[in-house]
Amino acid sequence: MANKLIVSLSPHAHGTDSVEKNMYGVIIALLPALIVSFIYFGLGSAIVCCTSVLACVFFEWAITKFILKRERNTVCDGSAILTGLLLGFNLPSNLPIWIIIIGALVAIGIGKMTFGGLGCNPFNPALVGRAFLLVSFPVQMTTWPVAGQQGIGGYLDAQTGATPLAIMKEAIKSGDASVLDKLPDSLSLALGNPGQLGAGSLGEVCALALIIGGIYMIVRKIITWHIPVSILLTVFVFSGLMHLANPIYASPVDVLLSGGLMLGAIFMATDYVTSPMTKKGQLIYGVAIGVLTVAIRYFGAYPEGMSFAILIMNAFTPLINNYCKPKRYGEVVK
Amino acid sequence: MNVILTAVIVLGAVGLIAAVVLFFVSKKFAVKEDPRIALVNEVLPGANCGGCGFPGCGGMASACVKAADQGSLEGLNCPVGGAVVMGKVASILGMEATASDPKVAVVRCNGSCENRPRIAEYDGLKTCRAVHACGAGETGCCNGCLGCGDCVAACKFDAIHINPTTGIPEVDEEKCVACGACVKACPRAIIELRLKGKNNRRVWVGCVNQDKGPAAMKACKVSCIACGKCVKECKFDAISLTGNVSYIDDEKCKACRACMKVCPRECIYDANFPKSIKEVMAAEAERKAAAEAKAKAAAEAKAQAESAPAPKVSPTQPKEKEE
Amino acid sequence: MRTFRIGGVHPEENKLSAEVATVAAELPKQAVFPLSQHIGAPAKPVVERGQVVKVGTLLAEAGGFVSAPIYSSVSGKVAKIDTVVDATGYRKPAIYINVEGDEWEESIDRSDKLETLADHPELTPEEIINRVKVAGVTGMGGAGFPTFIKLTPPPTAKATCVIINAVECEPYITSDYRLMMEHADEIIVGIDLLMKAVKVNEGYIGIECNKPKAIELFQQKLANRPEIKVVPLQKRYPQGGEKQLVDAVISRQVPAPPAIPVNVGAVVQNVGTAFAVYEAVMKHKPLFERYVTVTGKKIARPGNFLVRMGTPMIQLIDACGGMPEGDNKLLAGGPMMGKALTSVEVPVCKGTNSVTVLSGDDAKRKEPQPCIRCAKCVSACPMGLEPYLLAKLSDKSEWDRLEKEMITSCIECGSCQFTCPAHRPLLDNIRIGKTTVMGIIRARSAKK
Repeated sequence: MANKLIVSLSPHAHGTDSVEKNMYGVIIALLPALIVSFIYFGLGSAIVCCTSVLACVFFEWAITKFILKRERNTVCDGSAILTGLLLGFNLPSNLPIWIIIIGALVAIGIGKMTFGGLGCNPFNPALVGRAFLLVSFPVQMTTWPVAGQQGIGGYLDAQTGATPLAIMKEAIKSGDASVLDKLPDSLSLALGNPGQLGAGSLGEVCALALIIGGIYMIVRKIITWHIPVSILLTVFVFSGLMHLANPIYASPVDVLLSGGLMLGAIFMATDYVTSPMTKKGQLIYGVAIGVLTVAIRYFGAYPEGMSFAILIMNAFTPLINNYCKPKRYGEVVK
Repeated sequence: MNVILTAVIVLGAVGLIAAVVLFFVSKKFAVKEDPRIALVNEVLPGANCGGCGFPGCGGMASACVKAADQGSLEGLNCPVGGAVVMGKVASILGMEATASDPKVAVVRCNGSCENRPRIAEYDGLKTCRAVHACGAGETGCCNGCLGCGDCVAACKFDAIHINPTTGIPEVDEEKCVACGACVKACPRAIIELRLKGKNNRRVWVGCVNQDKGPAAMKACKVSCIACGKCVKECKFDAISLTGNVSYIDDEKCKACRACMKVCPRECIYDANFPKSIKEVMAAEAERKAAAEAKAKAAAEAKAQAESAPAPKVSPTQPKEKEE
Repeated sequence: MRTFRIGGVHPEENKLSAEVATVAAELPKQAVFPLSQHIGAPAKPVVERGQVVKVGTLLAEAGGFVSAPIYSSVSGKVAKIDTVVDATGYRKPAIYINVEGDEWEESIDRSDKLETLADHPELTPEEIINRVKVAGVTGMGGAGFPTFIKLTPPPTAKATCVIINAVECEPYITSDYRLMMEHADEIIVGIDLLMKAVKVNEGYIGIECNKPKAIELFQQKLANRPEIKVVPLQKRYPQGGEKQLVDAVISRQVPAPPAIPVNVGAVVQNVGTAFAVYEAVMKHKPLFERYVTVTGKKIARPGNFLVRMGTPMIQLIDACGGMPEGDNKLLAGGPMMGKALTSVEVPVCKGTNSVTVLSGDDAKRKEPQPCIRCAKCVSACPMGLEPYLLAKLSDKSEWDRLEKEMITSCIECGSCQFTCPAHRPLLDNIRIGKTTVMGIIRARSAKK
């Protein structure tokens, strides 16, 4: 017989899902927010995003090829592009290029490849990069250009301003609720109204664009609703209680729509590798991130707590995986 | 001054109390262990390979002490350390060492790509156990080597490697300590621990195919077809035939290689002989031819002269030399 | 619409041969009967070389309690008792028969007349079970567990209903569907017999909603039989798994092994088994032929056949247009749980519901990538296990932890591997772990 028979253990059928499909799906989901950031921050946004993506892809390729010496390069699976985009989304649009490259090196080199590459990293690489930059270059990382005020050409000479989160923090510090009046109204927080909007990182100016991306991912079954919804609900409830107790804390709707909360809840916390495996675990993880975020925002030194909250819970993920088991068949009472 | 004094007193008191507590706790919960176990453990190699059948060297040490208390160290053997280590253990325990002949792992399959045609292609997890669960594997032989290297992964001594040209594992005699890890790892029980033999010379059947003759013959060029010629040939009753495959008992084998000469499938293998069996057979054939020629000449001479008897040459002579 | 509660996937259906009417396959020249076509001890041959046999002659008797006899499907002479490569890929003892003519044993009723339970009040439950046992009926869904054992539940459990598995959730396979469309009346009598045998008055037929004609047909025929209910089910794999079916149909879950469905009152039988029971009890016809689907995307004429057991698969494939060019994967069963074969000469056995040929890209697995921990395998597992973890622990030989993670509950349905975006060989690893852990557990209980 000329033709060989192929043998393997069952199953012999395979679904159409693939790593690439998931990665590029997330990237597609990020597109609305990316377009909005181009509109508001102009050229600065394009420079930051491109640098970050290119640097991440280059470091991933170079490390796999020259340091790990693996035959198969994983650049094409889209995970480095995704890390680059998410890192860019977390940076202000006037950040010097060299700082972005350092951030990309830390994100890919330390955050991902030291642990063995895709699937092995305990922390979200983009957040590792951002946290590193935040503590190393606090001044550059916290002077945000004001959205929509610098036209297409604005990059390094952009005007800067206070973010909504800084205003909230100031209100808490001064104990004066009237400071909160400086906040843009909720609708412009959600849509990103250029005239009124405060400053912020690239990807956090338009909550609506991020929510559209999130819904796309849930519909495409790239992520499930458990993590984003549990984070957002927890933040809403926790900050709502605080607001009721003392009006110096901003209203829960504003808290939800401001800062990196949407970006974090929809895109960063749902990262496959660093989030728990079971539904129960994901709910616990989401609730804990929500509580930590609000706690850091209200009681901590930083105005934004999302990235640290996610990093902290990343560290707890193995523990959650160990204790949260799925509901086994047969355990259900008859 | 006062602060310093307080600190010193408090720390001193804490230290003292802790010391007292520790003292009593260690007395109360002391584990009584035979001191000889530690001594025996020290002379064992410490590789924790499990080759002795106990979980690590510690388990072996306590087993040795227990056995010594019952009067005999028989059946206990450290395959890694061999007779030297067992001698030391025996002297610690005041016993006589039971000598155990050194063994080595032997791969009983030579179904290389050349010898064994591939009839199917396996596509899945590359471990022997997965292929074994899937069926006969890529060849028509249901018992032969699968070549995915579970034995290589199991070896802690870097003593077994897959030969890239044949696809069959080969044992590095120098490094092999006969711990038996590969034997356990092989899902088809192809690897066996055999006595190293005198001068490291040994003979074994390199096939475990249990199919009947025709099926075995179809599956592989060098399969044992259970023809039984080697069994008849063996003078020492060392070869037996079970499950359609012949097996040489290493305790009884005298490494005469008579069986190799008659095996029609050339599936009996030897190691560390100065000359390969083919060379021996060729030399033998030459000598035989020469002897025949001589005998013929002599017979002719006899016929002519009717005297001078022909010299008799025994064909078994070279075999006896090999012993 | 009902379905099971945990996990599940939905593979492409590819029911190519659904509307192709069944035809009887040609008689083979030589029929081969492996002695272990069922779970349990192999059967013991009772014929000798050269002996003349008829269709329905006993070839081998049950080799133990968990075993089943094997009958000849052809008439002719016993050529030899040798070995054959069967669906497991290994050589197993088998009886070879050279076919001559087609002469049947006289005890078999070959008429088409429908015998109902009302016509035969003399059939006691014991008599039904005995006839099923003697006829060598085993589960026709693939696993091949002797049916009479399932009909005699252990004294600790009490059966409350019979569930007929007409789900056929595996892609490609259509043999059960054709059987239902062509022999509905016989199947219903078979269900009556099964219900009488286990002494219950409640029966369910679980049918997936991708077979609307079968659902309609059975609802029509059972319109005035309230005790047997047709349960339409959502399309979801592995709904045909016994445990999943019990959950889907009567919303009860079978506890972890060693519990079996009858512990929650359900006796699950394949629809093919119901038909075989009818033939065995009413027609005195032992199990020697069955419905087989021959299918594949590259097969010229996919079809359904009534096949005598012992027919080599290549004969069926040739009847459908032959093996496609290139490297193929030949499966006994469907693509999710079928066994890949190393030989085209493997005979059709009691459990062979389909001969599936996968060609081209379908035949090969995709290159595995690193696990991205997407948790899709966890959502897909119908037993509520964590396949990614089981595969990893098995790779690291952590047998104790595997036992704690309930690896023994795995039903090897392949949903995890099907859904894995990184194409990891999850089930390969899990199988190794499962067999090792089962071995450890057996050794432990043997020690006690």
